[in-house]
Amino acid sequence: MAPQAITLGPVPAATPGPSPSGRLRGAAEAVLIPLGALVVAMLLFGLFILLIGKSPLEVYGFIYKGGFSTSFAWQNTLARAAPLILTALCVALPAQAGLIIIGGEGALVLGGLASAVAGYQIGLSGASPAVVQVFMALAAMVAGGAWIAIGGALRHFRGVNETISSLLLTYIALALFNHFVEGPLRDPASLNKPSTMPIGEANMVGMLPDLDVHWGLVYGVVFCVIAFVLVRYSTPGFALRIVGGNVRAARLVGLPVGVLLIGSCVLGGAAAGLAGMAEVAAVHGAANASLIAGYGYAGILVAFIARHNPLAIIPVAILLGGINASGGMLQRRLDLPDATVLVLQGIAFMTILASETLYGRFRLFQSGPQK
Amino acid sequence: MNNDSFRSSRRQMLKAMSAAGLATGLGLPAMRAGAADKLVVGVIYVGPKDDYGYSQAQAQAAAAIKKMPGVTVIEQEKVAETTDVQKVMASMIEEDGASLVFPTSFGYFDPHMIKMAEKYPKVRFAHCGGLWTEGKHPKNTASYFGYIDECQFLNGVVAAHATKSKKLGFIAAKPIPQVMRNINAFTLGAQSVKPEITTQVIFTGDWLLPVKEAEAANSLIDQGVDVMTMHVDSPKVIVETCERRGIYVCGYHADQSALAPKGYLTGAEWNWLTPYTEHVKAAMAGKPLDNFLRGGLKEGFVKPSAYGKAVSEAARKQADGVKASMVKGEYVIFKGPLKDNTGKVVIPAGSAHKQTDLALEQMNYLVAGVIGKA
Amino acid sequence: MDSGLGWWGVPIAVLGGALRVSTPFLFVSLGECLTEKSGRINLGLEGVLVMGAMSGYAISYTTGNPWLGVLAAGFAGLLLGVLHALVCNLPRVNDIAVGIGLMLFGTGVAFFLGKPYVQPKAPTLPAIPLGGWSDSPQIQAALQINVLFVLGLALALLLHWAFRNTRWGMVVRMAGDSADAAKAMGYSVSGIRLAATAGGSFLAGIGGAFLSLYYPGSWNEGLSSGQGLMAVALVIFARWRPLACFWAALLFGGAAALGPALQSVGITSGYYLFNATPYVLTLAIMVVTCSPKRTLSGAPGELSVTR
Repeated sequence: MAPQAITLGPVPAATPGPSPSGRLRGAAEAVLIPLGALVVAMLLFGLFILLIGKSPLEVYGFIYKGGFSTSFAWQNTLARAAPLILTALCVALPAQAGLIIIGGEGALVLGGLASAVAGYQIGLSGASPAVVQVFMALAAMVAGGAWIAIGGALRHFRGVNETISSLLLTYIALALFNHFVEGPLRDPASLNKPSTMPIGEANMVGMLPDLDVHWGLVYGVVFCVIAFVLVRYSTPGFALRIVGGNVRAARLVGLPVGVLLIGSCVLGGAAAGLAGMAEVAAVHGAANASLIAGYGYAGILVAFIARHNPLAIIPVAILLGGINASGGMLQRRLDLPDATVLVLQGIAFMTILASETLYGRFRLFQSGPQK
Repeated sequence: MNNDSFRSSRRQMLKAMSAAGLATGLGLPAMRAGAADKLVVGVIYVGPKDDYGYSQAQAQAAAAIKKMPGVTVIEQEKVAETTDVQKVMASMIEEDGASLVFPTSFGYFDPHMIKMAEKYPKVRFAHCGGLWTEGKHPKNTASYFGYIDECQFLNGVVAAHATKSKKLGFIAAKPIPQVMRNINAFTLGAQSVKPEITTQVIFTGDWLLPVKEAEAANSLIDQGVDVMTMHVDSPKVIVETCERRGIYVCGYHADQSALAPKGYLTGAEWNWLTPYTEHVKAAMAGKPLDNFLRGGLKEGFVKPSAYGKAVSEAARKQADGVKASMVKGEYVIFKGPLKDNTGKVVIPAGSAHKQTDLALEQMNYLVAGVIGKA
Repeated sequence: MDSGLGWWGVPIAVLGGALRVSTPFLFVSLGECLTEKSGRINLGLEGVLVMGAMSGYAISYTTGNPWLGVLAAGFAGLLLGVLHALVCNLPRVNDIAVGIGLMLFGTGVAFFLGKPYVQPKAPTLPAIPLGGWSDSPQIQAALQINVLFVLGLALALLLHWAFRNTRWGMVVRMAGDSADAAKAMGYSVSGIRLAATAGGSFLAGIGGAFLSLYYPGSWNEGLSSGQGLMAVALVIFARWRPLACFWAALLFGGAAALGPALQSVGITSGYYLFNATPYVLTLAIMVVTCSPKRTLSGAPGELSVTR
């Protein structure tokens, strides 16, 4: 069916109220409701922990300790948050146009593969590391963007549901990735861990100064800020949100709906591809199966909790990174299984989604009379 | 929820709260202080530690060294081969005071363990399966591995006696040197009994894919394979499928005889306790780290499973003979003339690769008689 | 059996694979079909499937009766379905997103609670040998049918009939095609969807029990490789027709067997690509049959996925 009445997307980010005080109230609502939901989630999780006979407060304590207490814990958290920021954008940007894309994992691995190939080939020519890195980033963004664009294009031209197609495309991307890494592009010297040719130590992207976190974090933050400005303050961004709100209206106004839909997918895919490049250039030095680490799926979670607001993605990714970081401490100190963190994330996700229903319900957050 | 249960849950909460205060306020410094006179050993697994296979074999050794006096073991399972494992190693060192770390998956070696070893030069890192090289890798890192191909060779000898169709099956995850060495050893073992035997290989593509592994087993059995073995992370499903279809099976990683009482012939098992004990003792005594630790049947790094009841007297005799020769360190599995399955000579006549030969750890061919592509 | 089947092994393996691998697809897709007919999509059936697999195995192990395990798996699924429906019944909550949350939650809880059941061996479900007429052990093995498969086929027929011919079926379809019409008739749309989601998840839970209790027949954390997610695509592929779900499930099962079967006759390169066949196939069929101009025939009008 023609994408005439796309309503499956989230409500586009709350439109600013008419007055400064209204804007403030809107912002307060956008912060307090998810925070409240998180508190509820923590309580429910505590109940679960209590049911299995452990102390919830002890668990909370270790989550804080392992994720946020010391500078070491913070670095641990930030390192884990870095890839999630970029993969979350792969969900949040198409969501502005009302599309639910869940194929970030595929864009990440193909972006990583493209950047590894580009890095090796351009590295051979003797270009300087900066040039190599720029081309790696470009290759990754093109590959990731093109891959997600398929989902957007199928939606626009053939009416194929983009959620399902992006999921199928992920499986196909993983198959292609494995095929190339273990087949035609395999470095014969990579023994028990099949990998592509290494990009070389000199071309690697280093760590942030004084931090044990790689530059991928900065890529993510910069991308989020750009995306936020683009969506909020640019004309194409405005047009995109009209498409997300009501495709029919967008057509009536004469907006290039297809370009906008597919463009948002390209941008989102580029972000996920860049996450793959960061993994290759800052961590592994080549493309191999380690890139398939579920970052793309975790990004879905981050984007939905952030309600697809590009700026909100940053704190949410950090929160999730912290929970993941503390999972280790829960295993080592309390002998809890690794799945504990999954349970907490599942509960948090469900409560935050349920809290969607609260927006606009509280008089406190409304500036004018309610309709 | 009625009032009573609410009250009791609140009471439990209060109790919990004080417990938490104890743990966070007092417990940790006590642990830190304890680290000075106790050796804290960190073990990191790539899968769940009860997978009936790869990670479980490591976890069994970890459980055994836990009983050694003066040793505290901390474990973390399902750690991805990404920055995750770097942070887990760092956490074990910084937060728990670990001074010996066992990262047990191949993919942890480069770059993750190398990076952490450079950052924490006083901590010892003992990695499973990596190819530690003098001058290239830090001195505080080490690799240990076992010559499990010896047990796969014995599997092959026993399988050759059991097979009627002379077609053996091998289900493997990926075509990498460790796996190909096992496929080749299994095939050569079988061919040492009946030279005309072939081994059909199926690569599933990943280390844990139960449905695909079961399908692979069924396909091979349909093609007439009547003895199977494997190299995947968790052999449980394959062993059970073989038992159900009534063919023989040789196990891998751990003892799976309980899963196939009728068809289990024997199996190739790890005995990681040997290298673990060596590294732990060296660390406690302050002795230098043994950077390259390898061993087979002779050194007690690997062991065959006990023979199943389907193994004939002749098979037992021949396999025991080969095993005795291996334990003496006399038996050479990979010796010339040896051709791969494309007809190329991979080991010329007259030359032989002993188990310690590093060329074997870079094996990239499948020997003649193996149906499959490397 | 001293000789193999050679090339004939491929179609036989695909047939056998279709019969063995299809059942989870069948149950999950029938469940999803029921849920979607009521106008809601539950993307969380992957989590339900895993939860069903775990609880089925655990109960079969503790009680010694695999059928109790199947029942427990269904009820575990039902609970998760109720959770999904209750959250989705709140106004302005997106059902696709809740599905993703449920996937995470169900998988997490199943892994968490399933730890003690990885090692033990639980009694599994029996098979019905339908290949007795053949001398070939391969055919005999391929035609080992599980009761759940037969049950699934019966269920597909039942749903096919019930959607058209029962009052209950018409109410579900009405809630799915036009919530307003259902309301006007005095039915509670959220109530209907709650029942349909709970019922659908019950079936998906049973699909999970098939994985852990029959094929491949044990519980571990890698048991499902996305069958629950694929089944959602399968329903669209089958145009919301229960009987088509049955054929589509068979097709997916057969496709899953194709990769290993080809390797077993010596086609050994490109196995990753062969293994991706089902996904390519689904995508291709969706591309060919969808159209931007009209609604998919058979699509429930209220369904967010088709709008």
